[in-house]
Amino acid sequence: MNAAPPDTDSTYDLLVIGAGPAGLAAATQARALGLRTALIDEQPAPGGQIYRAISSTPVSDPKILGQDYWHGQSLLKPFFESGTQYLPNSTVWSINAGQDGFEVAYSTRRGASAAALECQAHLLQCKHLILATGAQERPFPIPGWTLPGVITAGAAQILLKTSGVAPEGTTVLAGGGPLLYLLAWQYLNAGVKLHAILETTPKNQWRKAFPHAWSFLRSPYLGKGLKLLREVRHATTIVRGVTDLAALSSDGAAQLKQLKYKAQGKEHVISLDQLLLHQGVIPNTNLSRALGVDHQWSDRQACWEPIVDEWGATNVPHVTMAGDGAGSAGALAAEHRGRIAAVHAATALGHIDVAKRDREGTPHHMALSKATRGREFFEELYRPPQWLRSPVGDTIVCRCEEVTAEQIRQTVRIGCQGPNQMKAFMRCGMGPCQGRFCGLTVTEIVAQEQDRHPADVGYYRVRFPTKPVTLGEVASLPQTQASRDAVIRFKK
Amino acid sequence: MFKRIDAALRTAAAAEVTIQIDGISHVCSANDSVAAAIFNSGATACRDTPVSGTARGPFCMMGVCYDCLVCIDGQPNQQACMTRVRDGMRIQRQTGAREVQA
Repeated sequence: MNAAPPDTDSTYDLLVIGAGPAGLAAATQARALGLRTALIDEQPAPGGQIYRAISSTPVSDPKILGQDYWHGQSLLKPFFESGTQYLPNSTVWSINAGQDGFEVAYSTRRGASAAALECQAHLLQCKHLILATGAQERPFPIPGWTLPGVITAGAAQILLKTSGVAPEGTTVLAGGGPLLYLLAWQYLNAGVKLHAILETTPKNQWRKAFPHAWSFLRSPYLGKGLKLLREVRHATTIVRGVTDLAALSSDGAAQLKQLKYKAQGKEHVISLDQLLLHQGVIPNTNLSRALGVDHQWSDRQACWEPIVDEWGATNVPHVTMAGDGAGSAGALAAEHRGRIAAVHAATALGHIDVAKRDREGTPHHMALSKATRGREFFEELYRPPQWLRSPVGDTIVCRCEEVTAEQIRQTVRIGCQGPNQMKAFMRCGMGPCQGRFCGLTVTEIVAQEQDRHPADVGYYRVRFPTKPVTLGEVASLPQTQASRDAVIRFKK
Repeated sequence: MFKRIDAALRTAAAAEVTIQIDGISHVCSANDSVAAAIFNSGATACRDTPVSGTARGPFCMMGVCYDCLVCIDGQPNQQACMTRVRDGMRIQRQTGAREVQA
């Protein structure tokens, strides 16, 4: 399970980035098609976020996390037996496209010894890339969302999966989307008490989703989803049609104390210990953007997604995408999309011909279409309301640089053209998270202020390095003849 | 406050390590991330921001938000959610931006 020591002349046909369902399935399939494959991942063990800690979770009673979580185990054995070179604890931060493929710079860290905290950078070469970088939670910009005591529901679920750690005291879940109810159900199974679920999905959203109800009725999610919802509703107070959420501290101490919200036209204030926020997930697009992949705005999901064809192929030659990073469609779909992307990679590299591609691809395409049946209904129903996407006033938008909604709006009013100029004006998006938690909000606020469509406003230009690196890390890159020559030339 | 659920106590106790958070010893599981250990110790904040000096804690737990930066064994700017605990590890609250060494 451990990574082999990376060496400087590591050359692969295919590099898969990300060890979630899409990445694991892609690497396994690619090996079966004869590609020399490596899989690189930031986490110490495979599973991605959906199957996080699947091989090590202390929550071993399968009834707590549920059958859908444990399905992740089925991906591990084939992956470990596939002969893929597995590189865990490794973060890709730069990719250069060259004549013979890609040169990938990554850092390994977080080892067992104190010295291992010092990152070591490595290079590897590959001819083809499959990006399976998954999704992250959508920003939830409400007043006080930066206070200690407020975390995302996804973070709370990761705490449960990896460490069996759960909130104690008065805990409120707020927002919308399937994960909110899944977490509530898992807490219920684990005996963790929830004070309430504050549902922000607008009531008229059901009407908008209704035209998609027919396909949802044939969806594999339906039976399981309804059972889960019934059990959560039976055991937990659910407040519907919630608006104007605000997390409050007391006496200037930076710690969550109270939650203010409106429901049925009335204002409520409750005291609480933890607030867990969630309003869906969005594709993690930093790596694909830095590589030059074209992205488009999805009106239904109100977010950016890479433009891919039915094989996951992008506009950049030899860059294929799979899983939620290529547009959110869920864990089961991710697995099939991973296999499809691997078949495409093998074709693009000339290992198989188009006839074999179509033969190999067909069962996975069929499985994918079954797994995504009824998605439109979810997407329509759980699209977050505008007030939760375009905040106003003192609400922090850029958590790193502490830039507020009103500062961004004011900057647009004095003539700032768009998100990239906003960086120069406000430093917004220039902190360590590199825009991951403000980019979407900035696009939507600028669009609102300029009365334009988000697609016309655009997004930050993302460049390598796509994760913060220290100069020490860059300096630890292995030297090549070319890099030595470059320095010698400067010395002359 | 966060704490370990009963169903996870036995497995966690099988691989106990001792770490220090701001000088106070805490026992946690060898499989915990530093961020999980911070939550399990009863804390929700782990740093003060460089911009306004306000307290923050781990937020996303998946390496995306960078709100969990702490100083580990003298190394500043470490992501608590991406670092596993190790016996004897010393974790300190990070105050403002890291200092740059000459």
